[in-house]
Amino acid sequence: MKIWKTTMLGTAVAALAATGALACEADGRVSIIGNEFPAIQTVAANAGACAGIEFTSNLTADHQTLNVAGMTGNPAEYTTAIVANSSIVALINEDVIQPLDALVAAYGQDIPAQQLITVDGKIMAVAFMANAQHLVYRADVLEQVGLDIPTSYEEVLAAAEAIRAAGIMENPVGGAYAAGWNLAQEFTNMYIGTGGEFFTPGTAEVSINNAQGVEALEMMKALTAYMNPDYLTHDSNATSAEWEAGNVALMNMWGSRTGVLMDDEGSAPEVYENTMVSGPLMVGDSGTPATTLWWDGWTVAKNISDEDAAATFQAMAAGVSPAILNEQTMSEAVWLMEGYQPEAVNEGVLASVAAGSTPYPMRPFQGLLHTALGDNIADFLQGNESAEQTLADIEAAYTAAATEKGFLQ
Amino acid sequence: MKHSSFFWFVLPSALLMLIFIAFPIVSVVTQSLYQEHEQVIIEVENCGPFGCTKAEAVDLEATQALRDAQPLGQWAGLDIYKDRNHLAFAEVGEAWASSVSMRDFAGSLMNLPFYDAIAFTLTYTAIVTPLTIIFGFLIAIGVNAVARAMRGPTIFLSLLPMIVTPIVGALVLFWMVDARGVLGTALQWLADDPGLSVKASTPLMWIMLMVYGIWSSAPFAFIVYYAGLQTVNTDTLEAAMIDGATRWQRIRYVVIPHLVPLTTFIALIQLMDNFRVFEPIVSFSAQAHARSLSFAIFNDLGGETRLLSSAAATSVLTIIGVAILLSPVLVRTWRDFGKAR
Repeated sequence: MKIWKTTMLGTAVAALAATGALACEADGRVSIIGNEFPAIQTVAANAGACAGIEFTSNLTADHQTLNVAGMTGNPAEYTTAIVANSSIVALINEDVIQPLDALVAAYGQDIPAQQLITVDGKIMAVAFMANAQHLVYRADVLEQVGLDIPTSYEEVLAAAEAIRAAGIMENPVGGAYAAGWNLAQEFTNMYIGTGGEFFTPGTAEVSINNAQGVEALEMMKALTAYMNPDYLTHDSNATSAEWEAGNVALMNMWGSRTGVLMDDEGSAPEVYENTMVSGPLMVGDSGTPATTLWWDGWTVAKNISDEDAAATFQAMAAGVSPAILNEQTMSEAVWLMEGYQPEAVNEGVLASVAAGSTPYPMRPFQGLLHTALGDNIADFLQGNESAEQTLADIEAAYTAAATEKGFLQ
Repeated sequence: MKHSSFFWFVLPSALLMLIFIAFPIVSVVTQSLYQEHEQVIIEVENCGPFGCTKAEAVDLEATQALRDAQPLGQWAGLDIYKDRNHLAFAEVGEAWASSVSMRDFAGSLMNLPFYDAIAFTLTYTAIVTPLTIIFGFLIAIGVNAVARAMRGPTIFLSLLPMIVTPIVGALVLFWMVDARGVLGTALQWLADDPGLSVKASTPLMWIMLMVYGIWSSAPFAFIVYYAGLQTVNTDTLEAAMIDGATRWQRIRYVVIPHLVPLTTFIALIQLMDNFRVFEPIVSFSAQAHARSLSFAIFNDLGGETRLLSSAAATSVLTIIGVAILLSPVLVRTWRDFGKAR
């Protein structure tokens, strides 16, 4: 038993040395639920290196369907959920996460104010990274057709036409247009870019059936003319694969995924060496970038003992402390911690923040609209119905769902 | 068997059926009659790394008070069933009144999610079920005619589509029909149209899903029929041969009548399975082209904001649909057994 303990301690010390995490010691249970991508894996690994805690983690793409259920019980299965500005809303609505003010005062004095997410004056989460969709382009292809880097979707269309006319690529535009969540996200970006408002201010009444809604749909359809005909089945993964295959020259893509496109794995040198990122695209003349800003952060469950809450807070604070930044982790995300040095792959997200892009709305009923959008836009893109009819369908589907959820009477 | 022995014999399974089938159905029906409480919305200020914004939020204390007062939620009666995302009575009535032709009315109906889903579900069931039975029967007859030494491998190969996990089988096919896949490219070459894409076309996607459905469930029909073929009375077959019956006549007048009860059984199982068609839609990413009732339930439960009442109402409608579909076969079985007594 003693040998076993010594070995464990040795491993923990080795892990600390390897990651350079701050010495963290706590007593209690820490159980993480969250999405799976490199930055979150880094955070979880560093939180788990905390000495004295009982640690488990469940990092999965299905985290959104598990987190509410896993935090509703008493005691909650998960003591912390890693969420984004869209998914924190469901946890707040279900009242399964606790305000962190007391814990921040006790253990989190070092956390910079910009990382604290407050809702109605109460700290509900600690953000650790930023994300946004922005232009990714092939420098060599643009050079061949003699065009500058596009800054608007209108210029993307012109460049796409030039690339197709020059016979370089048949479908030079990419985009995560898979029916469902991805497609709804693309509309959300485009509609914000046209200066549209999703809801009548102060109410849950949707208001997208307007000129901006039509403009957003028309632009999406114009872009699909230059996309792989299978675009309605292409999520971010499939779109990235198209890029790496060298079939695409221009696309609006997540900052958290550009690292994969720019490394030397999975594609030919002419593709990854010429893959560049730029800022968010504009549409029309509203002056608002057609993208949304996102943060990822962690929360603490409500239905757990004070001891577990304190341990979770300490472990997660260590997991996102500046000490986790090193050569390997630096390029994984746009970290919000002090000491973060941006790399070339992160420039698109930083440009999106600098351009004053709109954060994805943290409204309790935005998710219902997102689902209604994802279910109905494909009908318009396939040419089955008019833009007005599609927008009316989305409004009707949302209204029925919002009535059921009690947001509308 | 004595009544008391029979009672004790079936008690465990009856109890399990009560717990795992009857109670969940009762709970789903109850859920579909309620909707969530009124959410008390307040305006709050949210701050984060990108600055502060004003946004709406749910007033948790006020909403909690409502929840405590009525734990099940607000009584909705049949409201959920009648809303636009389900039976949509108001929208259907309006479409009926404003349509100039049946075609126009059908178009408006297909624009409503429930009717769109039921159209695909019924088409899928109506096409896949008979074809599965026919193909299963043909394979069974074929395998039964193969030399004994070859039967083992042939049976194994014929069962392969069922052995392969559905999601893997569907994904293999999904990649093959990609515009850059083996089958996709072959189709483009055959149709002489480089822009042809199965994944981009609604009719081709429907055909694809149905081909997959038949491919994956024909082995089930095959193995049941194959077992049935082993019990065909050889005396009758030999007598038919002596009378000069051809192979087709023997199948038509001896084998098929012998296999009719099995057909009823396969039809029952396949009708139920096909009416709940779900995984091919997910694995083929076909939701832009085809939605089924099961997919609608999955979609309601999977969003960031879960629609439990909506999913429950669709589930109840699916159960009713299965019951209606099965009723002719059930009535027939009931009569057959009644006769035997």
